[in-house]
Amino acid sequence: MTREEIEKKVKEIIVKKLGVTESEVTPTASYVEDLGADSLDQVELVMEFEDTFGLGEKIPEEEAAKLTTVGSTVEFLMAKLGK
Amino acid sequence: MSKRRVVITGMGAVTPIGNTVEEFWKGLTEGRNGVDLITLFDTKDHVTKFAAEVKGFDPTAYIDRKEARRMDRFCQFAVAASKMAVEDAGISAQTHDPNRVGVIIGSGIGGFISFEETFETYLQKGPQRISPFFIPMLIIDIAAGHVAILHGFKGPNYATVSACATGSHAIGAAFMHVQRGDADAMVCGGSEASICRVGVAGFNVMKALSTRNDDYKHASRPFDKMRDGFVMGEGSGIIILEELETAKQRGAKIYAEIVGIGFTDDAYHITAPAEGGEGAARAMQAALNDAGLKPEAIGYINAHGTSTEYNDKNETAAIKTVFGEHAKNLIVSSTKSMTGHLLGAAGAVECIATALAVQRGMIPPTINYEVPDEACDLNYAPNKAVAKELSCALNNTFGFGGHNTCIAVKKYIS
Repeated sequence: MTREEIEKKVKEIIVKKLGVTESEVTPTASYVEDLGADSLDQVELVMEFEDTFGLGEKIPEEEAAKLTTVGSTVEFLMAKLGK
Repeated sequence: MSKRRVVITGMGAVTPIGNTVEEFWKGLTEGRNGVDLITLFDTKDHVTKFAAEVKGFDPTAYIDRKEARRMDRFCQFAVAASKMAVEDAGISAQTHDPNRVGVIIGSGIGGFISFEETFETYLQKGPQRISPFFIPMLIIDIAAGHVAILHGFKGPNYATVSACATGSHAIGAAFMHVQRGDADAMVCGGSEASICRVGVAGFNVMKALSTRNDDYKHASRPFDKMRDGFVMGEGSGIIILEELETAKQRGAKIYAEIVGIGFTDDAYHITAPAEGGEGAARAMQAALNDAGLKPEAIGYINAHGTSTEYNDKNETAAIKTVFGEHAKNLIVSSTKSMTGHLLGAAGAVECIATALAVQRGMIPPTINYEVPDEACDLNYAPNKAVAKELSCALNNTFGFGGHNTCIAVKKYIS
């Protein structure tokens, strides 16, 4: 999967789940600080990333805890799936 | 010291015959029929294929899109109706000390649809893949929690649960809080959204629902001899109860006064009413006593009138027990003939109907009334609204578990 494809899908998920506009979803945007997510939203986002990118239940909790921004999520998914 | 008086200063409703209070009232006085084929799920395997659904409801007209997504349908109804009621009353965390405004919203079952959908996900994908919002969507008290957050009301806050008597218990509990002085205003009522696969199937196997699929528009026919069960409804009714002096000081409009409540139980059977409506009669008598009213003061009873064999004849018997000779002067109507049975929201939307009947001198009819039943021989306002000046009225609701409630409403004259 290319970076563009990953970014596009990540953006779509965030817009849908957090009810934000696409322009707010910048690489440095923090889920909690900038996009208004709470702890339950974060659990749901990780689940959605796992499902969408075919990772099963493979994102370990300590890794998931590091996914605090849009950018860090894209980098993590690139490392797993990118080419 | 005399008791603090409690008046209704705001109302909100989402119902099968209208998604605002005025639309609901217009529907009631016109005899609008809210029953239709079920659209919320495919009924091909179900015995009963119709219900009174809420139509054209857009939660995002009242609730932020993201928040709406975290709420079950029952909670969306409650939050929407609450918002309408709060705006109608003109109360806020600024007009009142927020610590003295509370919220009590009940539901018979709560997030039933969310439960059903989540369990399907659980079976397909396993325990780690269900939504983190599942529990907060399921639990009944969450509606009151959401309303508190939305409006900043920090007073007494919880849910009541007593099946089809839930909405009345919520109003009664709120009434007591205002009367006691715990709060100056309370947002209260009930909400229900149980028209789902398991919900309809569950009531079907109990033989509680009408199965008149070939003529479903006439299925909800309280007190009629041909009645064959109730019709499920959904929606929410919310009212604002306020201490009279506080309401007067801020120049609030006042719909009516709540003057008494009566709560009893049959202690008889889990679902069937006691013979002769014994527990229901005690609830009505208790409400009259609480209000200090003689039976002759009552002109109208908004009946529980579910359109089941047992309820309607026992409720009729109970009314005759309490009112004696005066029973034949009363008008008794069941608005469930139009809205279906809103279960945990029934008491709340019917309290609205009762208060407006008293305020406006107009009694909503019992529609679909065609064939008299010798066991149901009162004046049920058949098929047409009746203009009648009212001083006081009662609102009955009864629930599985043998719960009986009665609320006494009085016309407010400034």
